[in-house]
Amino acid sequence: MFDDLTHYNFSLPSEWHGVSLPLLVPYVAIVCFLGFSLGLVPLLVWMERTVIAFIQDRIGPNRVGPRGLFQTVADSIKLFFKEEIRPKSVDVRIYYLAPVLAAFTALAGSAVLPWQFIPFHDAAGRIFSVPFTVGDVNIGLLYILAMSSLQVYGVVLAGWSSNNKYSLLGGLRAAAQLISYELSMGLALLCVIVLAGSLKLSDIVQAQNIKPFGIESLPDILKGSFFSWFWLGSLGVPVVLYTIAMIAETNRAPFDLPEAESELVAGFHTEYTSMKFAMFFMSEYISMLTVCGLNAAVFWGGSLPPLNIWPLTAVPGAFWFILKIMMGIFFYIWLRGTLPRLRYDALMNLGWKRMLPLGLVWLFLLAGLNLLREPNDGPVPPNPNAVPQVQSAERN
Amino acid sequence: MVPTHFYLVLAGILFTIGVIGVLVKRNPIVIFMCIELMLNAANLTFVALGRHFGQTNGQMYVVFALAVAAAEVSVGLGIIVMMFRQKETIDIDEVHLLKY
Amino acid sequence: MLTASYILFWILALIGIGSALMVVLARNPVRSALFLVVTFLTVAVLYITLSAQFLAAVQVMVYAGAIMVLFLFVIMLLNLSAPEALKERGTIQRPIALILGAMFITALIFSQALLEMPTKAAHAEEIANLGTVQTIGLSLYNPNLPWLFPFEITSILLLIAVIGAIVLAKRKLD
Repeated sequence: MFDDLTHYNFSLPSEWHGVSLPLLVPYVAIVCFLGFSLGLVPLLVWMERTVIAFIQDRIGPNRVGPRGLFQTVADSIKLFFKEEIRPKSVDVRIYYLAPVLAAFTALAGSAVLPWQFIPFHDAAGRIFSVPFTVGDVNIGLLYILAMSSLQVYGVVLAGWSSNNKYSLLGGLRAAAQLISYELSMGLALLCVIVLAGSLKLSDIVQAQNIKPFGIESLPDILKGSFFSWFWLGSLGVPVVLYTIAMIAETNRAPFDLPEAESELVAGFHTEYTSMKFAMFFMSEYISMLTVCGLNAAVFWGGSLPPLNIWPLTAVPGAFWFILKIMMGIFFYIWLRGTLPRLRYDALMNLGWKRMLPLGLVWLFLLAGLNLLREPNDGPVPPNPNAVPQVQSAERN
Repeated sequence: MVPTHFYLVLAGILFTIGVIGVLVKRNPIVIFMCIELMLNAANLTFVALGRHFGQTNGQMYVVFALAVAAAEVSVGLGIIVMMFRQKETIDIDEVHLLKY
Repeated sequence: MLTASYILFWILALIGIGSALMVVLARNPVRSALFLVVTFLTVAVLYITLSAQFLAAVQVMVYAGAIMVLFLFVIMLLNLSAPEALKERGTIQRPIALILGAMFITALIFSQALLEMPTKAAHAEEIANLGTVQTIGLSLYNPNLPWLFPFEITSILLLIAVIGAIVLAKRKLD
């Protein structure tokens, strides 16, 4: 029997020697996610150096290992041996807390990404899909937004504790950039929530498993295909807004003014050496993975294959998800090699005066179109627990 | 399920700590932070009682209290910044007149 | 009483009260602000145990992610211009405040107002979906309930706050 989301014709039993397998899924997911996020960082560093080298018409690292693949390992060993300098007048506890906060919030956001759906069958033979996530919370999207708003602390505290006026101002500017683009990110994601009707990321992926724009007369091959994903369903603009906002949120080019300031002794991680700097560096890559993962899940179909035909659907959904994340990261690196940096006031101008109004207008547009589509209750059935009693007597 | 009065006592203790903070501290920004602590204690009470009676009223109050707190913090910190610009000190014992 | 929810509650209560105490006791205002962030995060987890999931996420996003960042900005910028202005000094206020605070919390606890609830708590099945976004949305936009008008007025309130903050903090061009 086929499960609609995974298209497999086998499914795992949900009880095995008395152990309920769907309950073990989060624990397996924790191991997989941590391994993936932390283990992919060296590969991403290598990929960045190689791709930028090709854009700049040179060859990237090619000495250490085949095609330079072990370059990051060599760099990490070098970083371990660098001298650990702590300036005397820093605020010690906050100084050591800042990189930890940056890495932790970056990693915590990736816990709710829906890698794929695993089909289980219960004792009666019914098939149900369990999303392969650490926690399939029903506020998944809000959770990721909350974790990315906590990322500001790593930057602000790093700038403050360095006891360096220029670091402090650089840190505050970087924090202002982060909180400005959080708004556009939230509005772009709200546009998708209007279409999907739920904040749960697995529900958003499932909501993309329809025929494009809900038109039933299209052939079956297009169900859950490239044209039914939300990049097209939300009419193109939210995906652009979200992509620009995610690049600004992770402090990557062309929004990497904080990094540029570090070259001039004014960035927030100027006073950080060896492993503490490596933590900041790593947290930048991990947050790149998280926001690319959210982009893939929300706008580009998550674990759905681009066309609903047999060889593509037999591949596990996680492959498509990782492929989409990698394409997002390639886009990041491509932008870094191609575009010049934005000046700070141009950056703020873009975030507040161009992207925020556009996001709001698009939200109204999509909400209005949604009302036209389903005029009565919207895609969410009314919850019988939800309507409270007895309060209407107090109103007048 | 944890009984509701546990949450109420916890909220009461947080509120008391906030009150002590408002009375003791001299830096108006920290006083403001203790006021936020008191607001959070009140919000916790609302949510706990909302769950106790099984209604969404508690959480709705908190939604609005959150919005009002955000508005209040921005205006309050603006006032503090202006106060600082006038007198170069923000010690609460120095800025105790309604006019400067 | 040693179920997981009780243990979780005690741990959260200890962390919350400890960090709230450190807000008041810390000398450096940046440390106070960071401990307040810890308190807010603890309250957010308490909201999750009270099945108010949406509120927990909003609490982290708004309080811990925006309001406290604003506090930190102001503290850091004021500290930049005048580091001496933010030091604390001890006075007679401290013991009086402590005595009054102790009396207050004793009165709250031992007046039994907090310790006994006259009605029984709602059962777990009824409130499983109490805090989801769908429930909050249905309550907020329901024309039969009193929450629609405050929602609209709050938008005007936030607009006033934004304009007010800009007007207050703007430097006058002389």
